[in-house]
Amino acid sequence: MEKITLASQLLQYLITGLTVGSVYAMVAVGFNIIYNVTEIINFAQGEFVMLGGLIMVFFHVAVGLPLILAFPATVILVTLVGMLLDRLAIRPIRRPSVLTLIIATIAASILIKGAAMFIWGKDPYDLPAFSGRNPITFLGAVIQPQYFWVIGFLVITAIALSIFFDRTIIGKAMSACADNADAASLVGINVKQMILLSFALSAGIGAVAGITVTPISLMEYDRGVMLAIKGFGAAILGGLGSFPGAILGGLIIGSIESFGAGLISSGYKDAFALLVLMAVLFFKPSGIFGDIEISKIKRF
Amino acid sequence: MLRIAKLPIAIFALFIIIFPWIARQIPAIEHYTDIMVFAGIYCLITIGLSLLMGYTGQISIGHAAFYGIGAYVSAILTVRYGLNPWACMCIGMAVTAAVALLVGAPSLKLKGHYLAMATLAFGIIIFIIFNEETEWTGGPDGMAGIPGLSIFGFDLDSVEKYFYLVWGFVLAAFVFTVNVIQSGTGRALRAIHASEPASSAMGVDVFRFKIMIFVYSAVLASLAGSLYAHYLNFVNPSTFDLFFSIKLLIMIALGGMHNIWGAVIGAGLITFLSYEWLHYFEEFDVIVYGAILLLVTIFLPNGLVGVPGIVKGWFRR
Repeated sequence: MEKITLASQLLQYLITGLTVGSVYAMVAVGFNIIYNVTEIINFAQGEFVMLGGLIMVFFHVAVGLPLILAFPATVILVTLVGMLLDRLAIRPIRRPSVLTLIIATIAASILIKGAAMFIWGKDPYDLPAFSGRNPITFLGAVIQPQYFWVIGFLVITAIALSIFFDRTIIGKAMSACADNADAASLVGINVKQMILLSFALSAGIGAVAGITVTPISLMEYDRGVMLAIKGFGAAILGGLGSFPGAILGGLIIGSIESFGAGLISSGYKDAFALLVLMAVLFFKPSGIFGDIEISKIKRF
Repeated sequence: MLRIAKLPIAIFALFIIIFPWIARQIPAIEHYTDIMVFAGIYCLITIGLSLLMGYTGQISIGHAAFYGIGAYVSAILTVRYGLNPWACMCIGMAVTAAVALLVGAPSLKLKGHYLAMATLAFGIIIFIIFNEETEWTGGPDGMAGIPGLSIFGFDLDSVEKYFYLVWGFVLAAFVFTVNVIQSGTGRALRAIHASEPASSAMGVDVFRFKIMIFVYSAVLASLAGSLYAHYLNFVNPSTFDLFFSIKLLIMIALGGMHNIWGAVIGAGLITFLSYEWLHYFEEFDVIVYGAILLLVTIFLPNGLVGVPGIVKGWFRR
């Protein structure tokens, strides 16, 4: 048995924190996609992650589809849920105000949570790790192979999104909606479709986060709220609307939570991320990469 | 919306006075008095919340925390220190006011989503504290043995006596809040809701009014929490979780948050739903709550209070 030194323990916390942080980062990216196009904060964002995990368990474990099929099937299904959320909860609102939109997404989130409890019950579900569970020892820290999958998918998501927004015509159209929806519709961009697409995209990313994290932390019906709040904390810390900010924010929040739980108190694990969130909101609501000027012209 | 007729208040007060008597006559609804005690407790919170959200336009998804602080201060001081329950209630309100001031001052500078998330985060942190500070709060198992209330040696030991106590507080809070709404303060609040820059240009001290209403609504929630603790003689953290904050939101959204009556109607309906009519759904009642909240938001933006207006609109056409 190798002796556990403080250094290796700290390394362990860091690696765990970065892994969990990658999930928060993906949630934060999801927040940003919808926020950039619609200026809505989707309180149901965490439910996409929960659904991703549980639907993956259904396809992969219950139905027995191979990983390579179950993964896209899950992402597509959750993407559909995201599109339904826009069509059934957001678009029908006749007089959208920040209050009604917040309430609508909260309503949707408890509906989704309730439906998940109805379908899967209250027990947490496990998913086989993508490439086994033989841990790798690195400088005294134990690394699950799944950690690489989580972090890897964050990297892939980030690259794919930056290509999408910078290089494709649809991505540019979405960015245009983010800058000015009225002007975008004047040049012939179908804003409603872009909003629908933003919900689809962010649901899909949430699903990826849920699928990759389930083998590490299991998944149950009521995990969504916490994931959403911490993801929001990540988005705020990085600067709401900024993608690099979301990723950095996620990794920082994940690390703070991991170190806090390890060094201070595990019972207060969830409180650390929330305290960071409140501190950022109170002292620098524009976050690390946020632009105070841009936040002034936003409607909400 | 600013004018609130006096007659319905009088009729409502009369209804409250005779309610226990009516309930006693009909065995099937005898226990409704008990449920109405809880409805009254929730009403106290929603009255403040309606003033905060509906009239002033500030979102809070953390009021379960203030409710919980009131309940736990009462519980801890009476059980562990044997203090007088009424004194504990007042200390609870003072503590809550201080916390609300501390959290509200930076929070209320935020708008919209940010404010919602800040209050949400605050609510969850307090909930975690209730769970973790086991030495004080008893942790997840909660605290038992909280004494009941008595006035000048007269024990409020029956459901009916407590009913009158709680609804007495509700009526007092209601009348006071109505007066606030109809005063210059009420007009200032409506102005803040409509546009903060415009109202501040007109000389309204936006921040002072917002924080005042935030603290007022928190203190009402604290009072409700103390009343809850002394009625049930038991508290545990799960009463004050995030879902309770959302339930409060459902109450005022269902009743109609732009009208103070909406707070009363919403609190009453949701209380009866959760204590009486949704047993069939067991824990799946969250689906019903979610559906109610979504449907009300889409189809009844003014809540049930807005229904007469909609019906009138049909006839005019």
